[in-house]
Amino acid sequence: MNPTDKDKIDLAYQRLREKAQKHAESAQRPDIAKIYIGMATCGLASGALETRHAFEETLAERNIEAVIRPVGCIGHCYAEPLVIIDRPEFPPILYHQVTPGKARMLVKSFLENGDPLFEHVLGAMEENDLIPWVMDFPRFNQEKKIVTALCGKIDPEEIYDYINENGYSALAASLYMDPNELITIIETSGLRGRGGAGFLTGKKWGLARSVEGSEKFVICNADEGDPGAYMDRTILESNPHQLLEGMAICSYAVGANKGIIYVRAEYPLAVKTVKRAIEQATDLGLLGKSILGSSYDLEISIFEGSGAFVCGEETALIQSIEGKRGMPQNRPPYPVQKGLLGRPTVINNVKTLSAVPSILEHGPEWYKEIGTVKSPGTAIFSVVGDVIHAGLVEIPMGVSLRTLIFDICGGIPNKKQFKAVQIGGPSGGCLPSDFLDTPIDFDSLTEAGAMMGSGGMVVMDEDTCMVDVARYFLDFTQKESCGKCTFCRIGTRHLLNILERMTKGEGNPEDLDVLEELSQDVKMGSLCGLGKTAPNPILTSLRYFRDEYEAHVKEKRCPACVCRKLTAYYIDLDKCARGCDACVGSCPVEAIFTTKDRKKGIDQSLCVKCGECMAACPPEYAAVRKVSPPEKAPIIERPEKSENDGQDHSG
Amino acid sequence: MMVKIIVDNQEIEAEEGTTVLKACLDNGIYVPNLCFLESMTNPPASCRMCLVEIEGEKGPIPSCTIEVREGMVIRTETAPVRRLQRSALRLLLSVHEVDCAACPANKKCELQRLSKFLKVGLKPKGFELLLKEAKRDDEHPFLDYHPNRCIVCGKCVHVCQTTHGRPFLTFAKRGFNTTISTFGEKDATKIPCPTCMACVEICPVAALTVKTDPQ
Ligand SMILES: Cc1cc2nc3c(=O)[nH]c(=O)nc-3n(C[C@H](O)[C@H](O)[C@H](O)COP(=O)(O)O)c2cc1C
Ligand code: SF4
Ligand code: FES
Repeated sequence: MNPTDKDKIDLAYQRLREKAQKHAESAQRPDIAKIYIGMATCGLASGALETRHAFEETLAERNIEAVIRPVGCIGHCYAEPLVIIDRPEFPPILYHQVTPGKARMLVKSFLENGDPLFEHVLGAMEENDLIPWVMDFPRFNQEKKIVTALCGKIDPEEIYDYINENGYSALAASLYMDPNELITIIETSGLRGRGGAGFLTGKKWGLARSVEGSEKFVICNADEGDPGAYMDRTILESNPHQLLEGMAICSYAVGANKGIIYVRAEYPLAVKTVKRAIEQATDLGLLGKSILGSSYDLEISIFEGSGAFVCGEETALIQSIEGKRGMPQNRPPYPVQKGLLGRPTVINNVKTLSAVPSILEHGPEWYKEIGTVKSPGTAIFSVVGDVIHAGLVEIPMGVSLRTLIFDICGGIPNKKQFKAVQIGGPSGGCLPSDFLDTPIDFDSLTEAGAMMGSGGMVVMDEDTCMVDVARYFLDFTQKESCGKCTFCRIGTRHLLNILERMTKGEGNPEDLDVLEELSQDVKMGSLCGLGKTAPNPILTSLRYFRDEYEAHVKEKRCPACVCRKLTAYYIDLDKCARGCDACVGSCPVEAIFTTKDRKKGIDQSLCVKCGECMAACPPEYAAVRKVSPPEKAPIIERPEKSENDGQDHSG
Repeated sequence: MMVKIIVDNQEIEAEEGTTVLKACLDNGIYVPNLCFLESMTNPPASCRMCLVEIEGEKGPIPSCTIEVREGMVIRTETAPVRRLQRSALRLLLSVHEVDCAACPANKKCELQRLSKFLKVGLKPKGFELLLKEAKRDDEHPFLDYHPNRCIVCGKCVHVCQTTHGRPFLTFAKRGFNTTISTFGEKDATKIPCPTCMACVEICPVAALTVKTDPQ
């Protein structure tokens, strides 16, 4: 490359750094406190906006000067709203569940009087002598944040925040490199796509680059249609510039001048944040014409999808952008050969592109050192379900499921037993406890019958019925099938129907074979990834929890007592407290009656099995029981209408 | 340029750029297929019937989307291929109203042909029959649509599009409920149907029929 180009680009970037530095200095007043409030969707949903108002009001009331900075999400969604207060003389302190009331207290006690209110502290963000450092907790020190490193630490609406963290330096350095050299770096790093299949990113870029043609596209896939998954949303809302930088590097490497971010319209905050980021980057010459004074142009725009799960599939996504029905197309041709408008197109996930700047900054060898040999780097999961500390986690690949679920996420709540973990979104697999020592990486998970998918993880405790879980996921995939190909269109409907019959006690043993064979056929025969993976929850649960299926079809029994038709509630008369009425009012259908000796019984013919009475029964009695099959419930005769009834109701 | 390929141990020649499916059919090797038409530049590959195994490729793949390459070794009758074809056919029949005697497609119906070829009865056991409530959609001034016959192959949409430059037929709804719709057009003067009927001719299962007494 022309050396003067290098100088020009370096100079342009240097100027930006200086501006960012000045901006930070004017914004930063070392003498006053700074309050960082997590205001991504998870924070807002937990009331971060009210918390912010409470801070503002109380600061004004008390006449205290402090800066409030909205930031993104640091991943501890169970503890939102999260607030970091950086007050002179103290280390920055992280507070959890900061309600408006707590916010007022913090202003008065901490900002005004220097008492940090230890009982509400989650930890300090820096090592110090006063308050335990967050890095001493397993949740923090076992994580390895690369892609989400700055999430929750910088203001996503402020490009200078990102530039001050060395942001866009990797882009600047790339612009005077040979594109092929860039691709080699990404290839050497071993980066694999985080959108599901784990395809080698460098290889994908190389293929797109090698296709003839002057017009090429780069698309960032931010459709994120998996129910319960929100990693991509968090990144878009918390650090959009890192993604833009990654996209710009990718576009330069493959020779594209147009980038599109495909976001679902249900992510309004993400759309707004990214739009603003694109504007800021364009204003500063980091996007648009002659980026950083080089001869390279790139325009990035947003396309709002309307949120069909199947539109996350790359060929359907392209159809959707072209204004057609979001239907997957048979591959080959792959998008790198013939993508958007028939042009070579790279499609990468948000997490994939967001990892690119740090790989260039620290080098491919650094990246390869993290994670495992075949799956370098980190995995980002949204862990939900029956875990104590649900939220967003970034860990090095290769960490075991056990470590993730029990150490990092705090294990199963309510002293329940772990039963299974469902990994890889609605079409991932369910793994039992024997697999807890499986390392989390692309190949080990696939081998076990699950998959990395885009990073959804649902933890399930002992009260889960695996047949019902399979039914639940099939219900989702079946509804999301686009209807194009025979196996997925008709096959998933039959699979769902069979599972529904089983959960209602209407299945028969032959159904098990039909279920298994049809699952294999749908997996083999479907056109796109949706159909090819939809049977996974069935195939894995059949493999690992076959006894539960057998109980459903042979004994009409639901071992976890979840399937309503196969379960009955009854009241254990040895436990029921005479004269206690706690359950009576909770029953929506008045199925609970009073026995002759003033205990309670459930009229099975009325009961709708909602479980309200079980929740209402005081824990010291815990008299409400569940059994399956329902015939096992002891019969308690309802006394003939007696004067007793009326009395107890009023009592 | 012609290339040589080997299909079921038999060497055949085909023009470069043709699909494996067409090459087989042109040489008298029948490969089941429902959604492919030669005039398609981008076959939908949706029926999943035309599966074959190709040396070097994993598992059965649809032959309507693969172009012939010199020296390709193809097998059309392996056990995995047949298993999937039978399964696909049984799925199609599980949403099909089998009433051949009353059906205009009787004897020329592609499902009957496949059923004979693949040795699958027209009323196979295993899957419950899932028929749609409405037996007939007679909204259109000149056509009747029979959802319980339709196999959603899309040939009608394709021929309509190529004949008229724009389609007067389209896929509607999603997933299991996908059907063919005529855009609800009722104005007889706005549609070229009376002189065309290409869709009725192409439909392999008589899911589109000519109205006997057009309004
Ligand atoms: C049904 C279906 C849904 C998908 N949804 C997404 C999605 O929401 N986000 C995503 O990045 N990839 C999704 N994918 C994977 C994409 O097709 C594609 O492989 C991916 O975007 C490539 O990016 P990567 O190489 O960075 O992984 C989906 C695939 C299927 C089959
Ligand atoms: S597998 Fe399902 S979603 Fe994919 S093309 Fe077939 S019908 Fe559509
Ligand atoms: S003919 Fe190839 S998939 Fe239908």
